[in-house]
Amino acid sequence: MTVKEMAEACGWKLLAGEEGQDNEVDGCYVGDLLSWVMGRAQAGNVWLTVMGNLNAIAVAALADTSCIVLCEDSALDADAQKRADMQGIPVYSCSPNLYDTAVQVHEMLK
Amino acid sequence: MRELSLNVMDLAQNSISAGASLVTVAVEEDLGADTLSISISDNGKGMSPEQVEHVTDPFFTTRTTRSVGLGVPLFKMEAEMTGGSFSIHSVLGEGTTTAAVFKPSSVDMIPLGDINGTVSMLVLMNPDLDFVFTRKLRLENGEEREFALRTLELREVLGEDVPLNAPDVTQWVNEYLAENTAELLGGAET
Repeated sequence: MTVKEMAEACGWKLLAGEEGQDNEVDGCYVGDLLSWVMGRAQAGNVWLTVMGNLNAIAVAALADTSCIVLCEDSALDADAQKRADMQGIPVYSCSPNLYDTAVQVHEMLK
Repeated sequence: MRELSLNVMDLAQNSISAGASLVTVAVEEDLGADTLSISISDNGKGMSPEQVEHVTDPFFTTRTTRSVGLGVPLFKMEAEMTGGSFSIHSVLGEGTTTAAVFKPSSVDMIPLGDINGTVSMLVLMNPDLDFVFTRKLRLENGEEREFALRTLELREVLGEDVPLNAPDVTQWVNEYLAENTAELLGGAET
């Protein structure tokens, strides 16, 4: 399944990184402590977080996650948006919290 | 990072990569002012003003100097998330000082963690380099306590034949740090 397909099914809104929407989804990781996520999120994971800053984009780039989903409508900084566009890392926004979003992702990946 | 001491380890590694022969780590708590200040200074090769300007940009650092990575950006972010501040001062050919001030009462404060373990590990892994570690505590009543570990002094006492990574030396360093930390923090709520 691509990131785009999952985003459409889950009702996520694209904020940046349109170019990467064909990335394949392989699993999911949930976390906000960036240094922790950096060493643990796997390539292809949908990463659910509330951290919408430039460092988060760098972590997604390093860990090669398929996208970032900013839960509970958490904001994406302007410089982070610009960098996500440059790197082609899709960043989405959604209203549900991390847990409910993770459950949605789980249902989609069944 | 889950402990600030891991940031210290990371930044000290930057200093070592920059060719430093002396790395100074200072940890200073001020209970009245609600601040925890951490600085890492070195006499390494330093950076140009242009490099300094970009050092907190994770993409600049991860792209051009892989060894630096996200260490500096995360350290800055962690300090600012508590309502604190970050600064970096560097002169080419002279060295770099990285400093951050944290507000320990913030809900987003990350624990200092095992700073003694970090210092001990730095000495153990780099027996040919010199380290200065100072820890200072200012109590709410204005009383100041501090101690320091200086490997240069240790080297003079031990003489040339005993390396700083000898097991007995490591044990002594650990005990020295543990005893002085206990004394420093004794009776103080940190």
